Amino acid sequence: MNDTIAAIATAVGNSAINIIKVSGTNSIDIVNKLFKGKNLTEVPSHTINYGYIIDKDEKIDEVLVSIFKSPNTYTGEDIVEINCHGGVSCTNKILELTLNNGCRLAEPGEFIKRAFLNGKKDLLEAESIADLINAKTEEARKMSMKGITGELSKMIKTLREKLLTIIANIEVNIDYPEYEDAIVYTNELLEENISEIKKSLEKILKESEKGRIIKDGLNIGIIGKPNVGKSSLLNHLLGEEKAIVTDIEGTTRDIVEGKIILNGITLNLIDTAGIRETENVVEQIGVEKSKKILDESDLIIAIFDGSRPLSEEDNKILESLKNKKVIIVLNKVDLPQMIDLKNFSPFSIVETSIINNKGVTDILEKIKELFNLNEIENQDFTYLSNARQISLVKKCVVLANEIYESNKQGTEIDLMQIDIQSLWDLLGEIIGVSYKDELLDEIFSKFCLGK
Amino acid sequence: MYEVIVIGGGHAGCEASLACSRLSHKTLLITGNINNIADMPCNPSIGGSAKGIVVREIDALGGEMGIIADNSHLQIKMLNSKKGPGVRSLRCQADKTTYPENMLKSLKSEQNLDLKEDLVKELIVENNIIKGVITESNERILSKKVIITTGTYLNSDILRGHNKVKGGPHGEKSSLYLSDSMKSLGLTMRRLKTGTPPRVLKDTINYEECQEEKGDEKLLSFSNFFKPVYNIESQHSCFLTYTNQTTHKIILENLDKCALYSGLIVGVGPRYCPSVEDKIVKFRDKERHQIFLEPERENGNEIYVGGFSTTMPEEIQEKLIHSMEGLHNAKITKYGYAIEYDAIESTELQMTLETKKIKGLYTAGQINGTSGYEEAAAQGLIAGINASLSLKGLEPLILKRNEAYIGVLIDDLINKGITEPYRLLTSRAEFRLLLRHDNADIRLTEIGRKIGLINDEKYNIFQNKLKNIKELEEYLTSNKILNTKENNDYLTNIGTTPLDGKISAIELLKRPEVKIRDIEYILKEQFDPTAKEQVEIKVKYKGYIDKTEKEVEKMLNLEKKKLPLNINYNNVKNIATEARQKLETVRPLTIGQASRISGVNPSDITMLLVYLKKEFPHE
Repeated sequence: MNDTIAAIATAVGNSAINIIKVSGTNSIDIVNKLFKGKNLTEVPSHTINYGYIIDKDEKIDEVLVSIFKSPNTYTGEDIVEINCHGGVSCTNKILELTLNNGCRLAEPGEFIKRAFLNGKKDLLEAESIADLINAKTEEARKMSMKGITGELSKMIKTLREKLLTIIANIEVNIDYPEYEDAIVYTNELLEENISEIKKSLEKILKESEKGRIIKDGLNIGIIGKPNVGKSSLLNHLLGEEKAIVTDIEGTTRDIVEGKIILNGITLNLIDTAGIRETENVVEQIGVEKSKKILDESDLIIAIFDGSRPLSEEDNKILESLKNKKVIIVLNKVDLPQMIDLKNFSPFSIVETSIINNKGVTDILEKIKELFNLNEIENQDFTYLSNARQISLVKKCVVLANEIYESNKQGTEIDLMQIDIQSLWDLLGEIIGVSYKDELLDEIFSKFCLGK
Repeated sequence: MYEVIVIGGGHAGCEASLACSRLSHKTLLITGNINNIADMPCNPSIGGSAKGIVVREIDALGGEMGIIADNSHLQIKMLNSKKGPGVRSLRCQADKTTYPENMLKSLKSEQNLDLKEDLVKELIVENNIIKGVITESNERILSKKVIITTGTYLNSDILRGHNKVKGGPHGEKSSLYLSDSMKSLGLTMRRLKTGTPPRVLKDTINYEECQEEKGDEKLLSFSNFFKPVYNIESQHSCFLTYTNQTTHKIILENLDKCALYSGLIVGVGPRYCPSVEDKIVKFRDKERHQIFLEPERENGNEIYVGGFSTTMPEEIQEKLIHSMEGLHNAKITKYGYAIEYDAIESTELQMTLETKKIKGLYTAGQINGTSGYEEAAAQGLIAGINASLSLKGLEPLILKRNEAYIGVLIDDLINKGITEPYRLLTSRAEFRLLLRHDNADIRLTEIGRKIGLINDEKYNIFQNKLKNIKELEEYLTSNKILNTKENNDYLTNIGTTPLDGKISAIELLKRPEVKIRDIEYILKEQFDPTAKEQVEIKVKYKGYIDKTEKEVEKMLNLEKKKLPLNINYNNVKNIATEARQKLETVRPLTIGQASRISGVNPSDITMLLVYLKKEFPHE
């Protein structure tokens, strides 16, 4: 906790200026050892100092060094920022010097972690920054920025304030039953207030789901018999967008064929092994996996060969699509058609001739339509985007609904106060202001603390 | 040589002396005026929201206040009777003559208790252990324990208009030297303020212009054990009137004349019990404020003007009183005043109410920064009990926040500290659904019995209640209600769905529309009233009670995380300076206690846990 950390704060590569950031108790002392110019241990806080970084007697670079002394700094610790000339070798050399003189290389997100632990950032802001570091697309980056500026915190805080007003009023009603100063909270009055809060929470949750899409992208499963044009479709999609993303992660590693960006949203294209009844154990595993993928996909693209009648296998595939979000791609429309479109009801159908590059853009348009991607692009991103936050908001929505219902049944207000209080606490947990054991567990599991 | 000396004969002092003497310790109560014992210098009422439950708790533990109040009231009512069971609370208008008389009788009937009229000027302390007291008449009296319950008398000033006079409530002497003696022992003291309204002559009020407020038409009692005996019909009424624009104008025009706004008062007053000047200045938009006219005595002619606490000079008080409906011709018998007094910083205390610095020295009541007769009595009882347990070498009594309002009170005092006189409120109790009026005995009587303050008579009554509850539960579980036409007609009539087959009575009771009196009707039975109440609450509020129990469990888990006694908070990195100071002052025993200290935030607790993990990995 106490050691001094350093990292390159700017994008690595050749640029005009790079910044090396050092944070911790010894940051000023360490940089001072490398610095030729004023004695940095004696300069005032929040100043920029001109000089050279030296290695023994050799001048490495001409630099500006900013000194920020605790506590009014980003991390709450002493911070030194070395502005050096861009250039990979020079920047790396300076970082190396700080490390040789007692710094430790910072882990990803460690500066914000320290800021959080020192009370400089609330949990929501800290998580947003972690999201920012991992942001895959520009839209995701913008969304993370919203989190950092505290708009989410603000929305949650407003809701908490409203709840607190209600709680306070109920309390006054109880403690001063004979006084006319406070409005007497009746079930009717509470209904108005709670339904408003309930709606706000539901809105946040709905938008959070969108937030998840922005952050993690859409998982699109592609299914079809061999030879119906699955591979060509994939190639066309990936080829046309010319944006193959290579860093594939997680459990889908072996099936994700590639990623494309559509309106700023990552589409994860996942090929399935095809659904076939099989006796073969190994293949059976593949089939089980496919079923799982279909269940977890946000969208399924099912391809059929229009020039052949539906086979038993095709019908099995159709069967597996029930109650899912699906686009039917009817390929080979350039050939005489053998399938009645009624078989595909109620799904939307895109007719293609992939080999002739016909209809592929229609598929993309259909995806945009199904997920309102045009809207997402232009929207204000005030979403909660990580799983911890979303699950808490879900809890809040459930609780708000419970309160709403028991209020309708005429439950005594002072009893409902128990739930209103819990809702207030839960909302606080989202922004990390309630003290909860679980919250601590969460923090301890996220950040490596103690020895 | 006494075992215990109690300094001060107010509500805390009475409970402390009674507890100690009843637990067979030779006890001495020293007070300035024996005729002023258990005096009620302010409002003529006992109980109220949360406070009424405290009186039930005092009674369940074997204290005296409930029984005396039952025998000395002019009117009694159940507050919040239309709200849920967690917030119901009793309040009575106590008779200011008979209440102290009855309490004095109780004190005089104790063999182990001596009363002495004097004031204490100095504490005798050796090696940080209390040895006794020295009185103003220069008597040295030795004892093993001393409990200070001086109320508002410590170094007190009476303030009205621009006058400031040394003295206690209604002309009593102030205790001038004890505060200095405490300071010289290293105890931190602070200055607090409270006030009282004028009293007017009963016969000069025009009741036609006021609204009448009667007592409940149902027999009620604070005592958990003894049935109430009074005549419902002969209860006295209170009356309600209001301030008006003329009243407000007079106050605003004369603000510079009152002690509160002229800069004369340095002590901090309670926000929840503001003077009328404060009400008008801080809530300027409000058109009127309620004023309660409350009788003080059966055989007396004074009426207490509740809600009108003031520090205006006498002639302005006259004008103000006369500006209100019903009081145009009222004659003031006593003028309102403010009183400033010394109190001990409550963070000087342990949860037992023993001071951290002086072994054997306890403080209880308003000296600890609380307000209210009930809060005082509760602390007096706990201090008395703990002094006794310590003399006997037994574990102390520390009530938890989920066990009693008294637990909430003391936990708040010790951990949150005081910035204004502390009053119990239901909102201070996070588990209030468990801390009910109706189950005070179920929560605490066994504890009182174990300590030795619940005699056989009370204990048998209590055991009988438990037996009745158990029997009723069993009866309702085993008794089935059939889907006869008669039953179903009745059920339809009360707005619930008729039965398909038979159902146990307790299952039927779970329906929100079905009350226990409906079950009585259907089964053609008359259940025991207290058992009936308990079973109904248990069944009806099960969902909410379970939720609260879960919260309690979370709190108790944090209580289990002990903080090492030798922890040095200066070594804990990255906690806020305020938190560090508070932790160092309070020196909490558990993480749970630390998290309740005001000024200690969740992030500080996180850092504290990080520190513990690092430095004390095995604890």
